[in-house]
Amino acid sequence: MYRNKRSMELADVEVWDGNVANSHALRQASVDVVSAYPITPSTGTVEAYASHNANGYVDGEMIMTESEHAAMSGCIGAAAAGARSATATSSQGLALMVETLYQASGMRLPIVLCMINRALAAPLNVNGDHSDMYLANQTGWISIDACTPEESYDLVLCAFRIGEHLDVRLPVIVNQDGFLTSHKAQNVRPLSDDAAYDFVGDYKEVNSMLNFDKPVTHGVQTESDWHFEHKAKQNAAMMASPKVIEEVFEEYAKVSGRKYNMIETYKSEDADIIIVCMGTTYQTAQVACDKMREEGIKAGVVMPRVFRPTQMDKLVETLKNAKAVVCMDRSAPGGQTGLLYNDVTAALFNTPYRPLVSNKIYGLGGRDINIGHLSTIYKEAQAEVEAGKLDGAIQKWIGVRGPELKYYSVEG
Amino acid sequence: MSCSLIGGCTPPQGNKEIKNLKSFSTAAERFEGAHVLCPGCAHSIIVREILNATNDNLVVSASTGCLEVCTAIYPHTSWDCSWIHIGFENSSTAIAGAETANKALRAKGRISADTPEPKFIAFGGDGATYDIGFQWVSGCFERGHDMMYVCLDNEVYANTGGQRSSSTPIGASATTTPAGSHSYGEKQHKKDMLQIMAAHGAPYVAQVAPNKWKDMVKKIQKGFDTKGPVYINAMSACTTEWKFPIHQTIEVSDMATDSLVFPLYEIIDGRELNITYRPKNIVPVRDYLGVQPRFKHLFKPEYEYLIDEWQKRVDKDWDYLQRREESRV
Repeated sequence: MYRNKRSMELADVEVWDGNVANSHALRQASVDVVSAYPITPSTGTVEAYASHNANGYVDGEMIMTESEHAAMSGCIGAAAAGARSATATSSQGLALMVETLYQASGMRLPIVLCMINRALAAPLNVNGDHSDMYLANQTGWISIDACTPEESYDLVLCAFRIGEHLDVRLPVIVNQDGFLTSHKAQNVRPLSDDAAYDFVGDYKEVNSMLNFDKPVTHGVQTESDWHFEHKAKQNAAMMASPKVIEEVFEEYAKVSGRKYNMIETYKSEDADIIIVCMGTTYQTAQVACDKMREEGIKAGVVMPRVFRPTQMDKLVETLKNAKAVVCMDRSAPGGQTGLLYNDVTAALFNTPYRPLVSNKIYGLGGRDINIGHLSTIYKEAQAEVEAGKLDGAIQKWIGVRGPELKYYSVEG
Repeated sequence: MSCSLIGGCTPPQGNKEIKNLKSFSTAAERFEGAHVLCPGCAHSIIVREILNATNDNLVVSASTGCLEVCTAIYPHTSWDCSWIHIGFENSSTAIAGAETANKALRAKGRISADTPEPKFIAFGGDGATYDIGFQWVSGCFERGHDMMYVCLDNEVYANTGGQRSSSTPIGASATTTPAGSHSYGEKQHKKDMLQIMAAHGAPYVAQVAPNKWKDMVKKIQKGFDTKGPVYINAMSACTTEWKFPIHQTIEVSDMATDSLVFPLYEIIDGRELNITYRPKNIVPVRDYLGVQPRFKHLFKPEYEYLIDEWQKRVDKDWDYLQRREESRV
């Protein structure tokens, strides 16, 4: 076992923000190489980890690079050399990294990226929305979403197990909302260092560049003759990952008592109106949902815990009895519908189930979304169900000043 | 049989004794001749000379470029050593990541302490080094990784068909700065990458050329013996983009070093400069340019002044190098 030599005594309940929670998960996983570059609001993950390192709790190495692109390049070099590697970033940093994100997944290197979600400029904005999560959407990284510091801690530990599983061998992003989660200290019930490392386990080395008796060429050139087959194999691993993810979630429940699901649901089983959303909005929507239930609206909330790969079958299973599904996307859609809307409608299209599906664009650049907004959304959706059709348009922008914005008319 | 230990079981190690050219031809080759670089390309000569200078285990990276696309075409590889390519700009950081992994795995005991330390080498073209990967190289040198970065400097984006880079010398006709009825081609002077890398305080930087192979092997071995980041600027004459006949690579290289357009020297610890080759007969710059059709328009009367200016520049630079060597500062 190659766990850190010095362990840290932790209380049963610690008060950590999302960044500190990440740093402890990275420390307990005994990461070999953290290669990172600072950016708000993810800097805290790296700073807290550096502090663990400075105090002798980390046996691995850190590379403090000169950019996020280099940070991920360092992770790739280290991972190809047989090291467990990880980084953290947000927003513009993720955008600068995008080239290397494709390279990491294409080279099948199980790097873990702690992503603190933040809006993409312009205009420059440091607050939370899901633009960066959505930008990484087609990079071939497994993308998992956390709502609280504790969830992020848990899911970062799980991410190593998932990505490093030999049936997967893919990099994993664990998302959390910028500031709302990353900077909001909350209760976290950590595992002991030993229990956490026992769960994550030793790194399983594959084709390491430091095994000189078996030299390996990484990152070859393939043209039309072989590129397609490589991408097919990579995608097959992605499509096979849910089985592994579910196994890892099961095992994590055994050691932590906390069970994660591919799709998280709240009162959705008998719900007429379901809001589908991610991040902290999932929690706010649960409060609104309870309020609606008191008022007689059969409300529910659903969150894809695993955003990528897309869980189409599970989405259908979860949404099939709903009369209306409201997909809430926290990212500027760029002249299309939001990704959650696209996922949900794609999942339902080849089924007999036909709830009214609408799309709300909300919370850009950290704009608040509160119980009032969500209650209104439930009520409007209820009215649409009663009318038997959407109120004029598929997509509406919520909480933005100026004239009402709605797109994709459903009026004949 | 593959060794089950991470790190491998191979004993070796250290620099190889290279007495004459025959030692190269009989040396174990870790860069196979079966690649698709152009006939006459200097890249393969340089890479072979570098890899053959040591018996140590090697971890090699390459930037996107001629070397990479011609030597690792799936399902083939020319590399009988650990090798990685990520992208155009980050061969330096790829190797820095591997070098850091080596440190971490040794500290944790995943690689045993008695496994010989490997050498970490990154290759990049001048586009990857002077331009797009400049920041990455600079970052690696500032952080002091124990690695050798080799720039295969052919003064042009050869892999993409001959566009100018910031290493392209003034007056060269490149596809994005072509000579024409109203232009003499490239307008900017070549960036002085060696001085820039020396300014990082790197323990060892040197210019090499494949025609001066003894000088080159000496410098490479000195680089391998140096702890910390080592920068090697290797002149790589490009038959395709400099447009000389494919059998004249070494002759053109000789003219580059003997005209002092490409002087061979080294700088230790960012300060101590040593000239390592003094041509017995200095060749005029005009003659060096004359054998390369990329400069043929400079011989028109209206552009001849550029050749004269170039000669003056080379004289001045050579004078500067000699004074700096003498002053021992």
